[in-house]
Amino acid sequence: MPELTMVEALNLALRQEMEKDDRVMVLGEDVGVDGGVFRVTDGLIDAFGEERVMDTPLAEGVIVGASLGMAAYGLRPVCEMQFSGFSYFAMHQVEGHVSRLRWRSQGRYTAPMVIRMPYGAGVHALEHHSESKEIYYAHTPGLKMVIPSSPRNARALLVSAIRDPDPVVFFEPKLVYRAFREEVPEEEETFPLGKSRILREGNDLTLISYGAMLHRTLEAAARLSEEEGVEAEVIDLVTIHPLDDKLFTESARKTGRIVIVHEAHRSFGPAGEIMARLIEKSFFYLEAPIQRVTGFDVIVPFFAREQDYLPTVPRILAAAQQALSA
Amino acid sequence: MPRKEIELEHSIEHLSILDENGSLDQDLMPELSKKQLLRFHRGMLLARRFDERLLLLQRQGHIGTFAPVKGQEAAQIGAVANLKAEDWMLPAFREIAAILWRGTPPSALIIFNAGYNEGGKIPEQQRDFPNAVPVASQLPHAVGVAYGIKYRKKQEVVLTFFGDGATSEGDFHEALNFAAVFGVPAVFVCQNNHWAISVPREKQTKSKTLAQKALAYGIPGIQVDGNDVLAVYAATQEAVDRARSGGGPTLIECITYRLTMHTTVDDPTKYRQEEEVKIWEKRDPLPRFQKFLQEAGHLSEKDIDDLEKEIKEQLDAEWSEAQQQMEKLGNPLDMFEYIYAQLPPYLQEQKEFFSQFIEAQEEADHA
Ligand SMILES: Cc1ncc(C[n+]2csc(CCOP(=O)(O)OP(=O)(O)O)c2C)c(N)n1
Repeated sequence: MPELTMVEALNLALRQEMEKDDRVMVLGEDVGVDGGVFRVTDGLIDAFGEERVMDTPLAEGVIVGASLGMAAYGLRPVCEMQFSGFSYFAMHQVEGHVSRLRWRSQGRYTAPMVIRMPYGAGVHALEHHSESKEIYYAHTPGLKMVIPSSPRNARALLVSAIRDPDPVVFFEPKLVYRAFREEVPEEEETFPLGKSRILREGNDLTLISYGAMLHRTLEAAARLSEEEGVEAEVIDLVTIHPLDDKLFTESARKTGRIVIVHEAHRSFGPAGEIMARLIEKSFFYLEAPIQRVTGFDVIVPFFAREQDYLPTVPRILAAAQQALSA
Repeated sequence: MPRKEIELEHSIEHLSILDENGSLDQDLMPELSKKQLLRFHRGMLLARRFDERLLLLQRQGHIGTFAPVKGQEAAQIGAVANLKAEDWMLPAFREIAAILWRGTPPSALIIFNAGYNEGGKIPEQQRDFPNAVPVASQLPHAVGVAYGIKYRKKQEVVLTFFGDGATSEGDFHEALNFAAVFGVPAVFVCQNNHWAISVPREKQTKSKTLAQKALAYGIPGIQVDGNDVLAVYAATQEAVDRARSGGGPTLIECITYRLTMHTTVDDPTKYRQEEEVKIWEKRDPLPRFQKFLQEAGHLSEKDIDDLEKEIKEQLDAEWSEAQQQMEKLGNPLDMFEYIYAQLPPYLQEQKEFFSQFIEAQEEADHA
């Protein structure tokens, strides 16, 4: 099995799906000759030609809007927003049309498409390049909202997203893009949308995270085990919407203590929804107030201070101590 | 009900005054004093050297990603040189020359590019906007400012910069349409540098020129040699005068070229030919203007050497200044500033939590 970065793994997913299915198209700004600014679509134009790998004019609205038309026509567009921070130019298309086409046409037309975009802080980027606004999409009925955390599961998830009958917003954590390599099998692998996964078993505490922050959460779990003998269960949420609450509410019943970690802003953020579900479904099993470690409710600062904005291992450890001490 | 033609009398003018060899079309030369010409030169040279300095600082890891201006100095200086202090300038993200000209010190730009929001603070008396990273997103703002000017019956003018790629965005079209309908005093300066990252101008639009897009909105449009500071100056002067006297908006297309990478994380060899760059290096706006000034007797070799030295010293001083200022920017709690006029209670709580958390960490580290 080759060891791939997340960028290479995503490229593999696109390449194999395009080979298998001539309905699959790739479009966006700089996705062709340049191979995408992060190189996720590198070489696809050589393999599949300009007809299926389209360097579009610089206009997010029409990229998403045209993808909807293609999808309704029977194609399987995978469009790229160069950065999630620019996807708002297309928000009207996403909210007003993509998410609603099935409903508006009462099933006559559907928009099976994937809107890929890099998101998140930690790579010293410019303003508007570091946000984590998955909640905008998670809050929109009709969309699925997925965030991989590693090369292998990114590949499997993208394949599943392309084949999914609904529109999928696919956030790619920039911080993980080239952070490490992982074995990714050549043969087909999928991962069901709407499912979470347990990455580490434990009985003392449940840590819930996803995307780039999952890796800091795992590090915190390892330290809890080494330094305190505390065994934390770590859950990778994977799909933000629809939320797999079964997995984490069951884990909560086992451990009774919960810390949720994400880089999105705290207020009205994903952790809030997770807490609500925990209270609805596992309230009587909780032994301590649920803790959340999140980005602050400030505009993501320029990169000199982005590490201060992001949850850190010490912040996660401190929250874990709170949960354990109550 | 026959099919018939609707006559449209339209064409697009192209203006060039100083050619690649530094020779001048006397008849078109705008009225400019020697002092003004030398100011243009200083502005262009300062921007060129500062841009090189930023690239060095970036490569050394002192600052982050930025978009170099090299090759586009004439398009920026020629345009902003027409603005008065009370006028407004709305840059995109490559307007290093224009921003310096308007009075922002190089040290502030260094601090900004080192990732501190403080560097983007606009001095009270300066009426510029902070740089806009989302492509074309500043154009609607320019229209709004211009509308305000018109409403308040002021004599001010708004000038906004953007690239060829920006002309594909809805914001561009909406802004030009709105500006035209309301006849606001806005000057739209497109720096057609031929590339929007890897996408060539020909793949951005089927239009023969970008200037002709003005026709659809019913406003004047002109194309100029954007590497000719005099042509850019003359065309912008007409547009600014028209705007100031109530004549409404203008679209100016400056034909120029980005001589280096799109940003410091971009590799242009992936999508463009070295030969193309060579052609444009011969059209470099700076040597051509220097040659003209020398031949006119306004500038000697020695003057250039002295100026180079002076600029180098200035930039050294700015870099030390920036370093000194950045030493004072270490407090992570600064990120809670300027989010709301008044920090709401829940955010105050988060700030206090973080402050205590940092203190506790420091104590633990010292223990
Ligand atoms: C709305 C939006 N989409 C995508 C980007 C990413 N991006 C940054 S610059 C750029 C190309 C801009 O080209 P152009 O307008 O010609 O200006 P230039 O960079 O050539 O100065 C792109 C696609 C962005 N900043 N904003």
